[in-house]
Amino acid sequence: MNLAEGVQIVSFGILAVMMLGAALGVVLLSNIVHSAFLLAGVFLSISGFYILLNADFVAAAQILIYVGAVNVLILFAIMLVNKQEVFSEIPGRWIRKLATGAVCLGLFALLGTMILVTPWSLSTTSPAVVDNTIVAIGEHFFSDYLLPFELASVLLLMAMVGAIILARRDLIPDVVSMQEIVSTSLTLPERPRELVASGDRPPNEGE
Amino acid sequence: MQMEYFLLLAAALFCIGIYGLISSRNAVRVLMSIELMLNAVNLNLMGFSNFLDPSAIKGQVFTVFVITVAAAEAAVGLAIVLAIYRNRQTIDMEQFNLLKW
Repeated sequence: MNLAEGVQIVSFGILAVMMLGAALGVVLLSNIVHSAFLLAGVFLSISGFYILLNADFVAAAQILIYVGAVNVLILFAIMLVNKQEVFSEIPGRWIRKLATGAVCLGLFALLGTMILVTPWSLSTTSPAVVDNTIVAIGEHFFSDYLLPFELASVLLLMAMVGAIILARRDLIPDVVSMQEIVSTSLTLPERPRELVASGDRPPNEGE
Repeated sequence: MQMEYFLLLAAALFCIGIYGLISSRNAVRVLMSIELMLNAVNLNLMGFSNFLDPSAIKGQVFTVFVITVAAAEAAVGLAIVLAIYRNRQTIDMEQFNLLKW
């Protein structure tokens, strides 16, 4: 990192304020769409932190994957389940919120004291920073982390197939109405249209 | 720059994520809070990688793995939320008693 110390501290402060404000907005705002857009702000400022920490490749991957894929996925999910429902009030809910806030503050105090008390064995001499992080990460991927790398690809494939199976909605009905299908010699051997269309069934049927 | 700043910031982000995970009623917001917590862990990993292990950047490798798992988790979690919404017509976490008892 060849930025000056003051520039680093100032950019750290700006990014920290941005990130904490956006994260509090994600948690506390009542409109879920605003929360989703603020989540993109959190991801972008974390990418800025990665650049401050000399990790350019992971910063780019963070923007591409989180802002480009995960956040868009979350927005799609919000639009698909957007019913504007008013949650019914539950008595005594503020006690739960208060207790949760107290627990989180206590956890933060615990973590903070642990961080500040622990003597981290930082090297006093600043060693040579890795010049090309892509090459270094690639060497790690294909030498000593080859098995987790391959397992990650298998995991992504499994997650994708599982998500498609969970999210698609065409169910094969019990009674298959095959009578009206006139099969001639030119009929292609495919599933009839009625099966696919009958997936849009009334909601309370399948419980 | 000191490592403690980054660690304190990651701890704050993690605690905000835990608060959202427990106290929010919208199921999508719960998934967003999980993403916040995973990002806090990533920030920790990246701080350790830069300050304690700057020659062999293994923390960045683990961060890439965590990002991969987070993407898979987001896809499967949102699919589960969609499936539950289709059956229950609600995304209120207080109404989900499918796994009760």
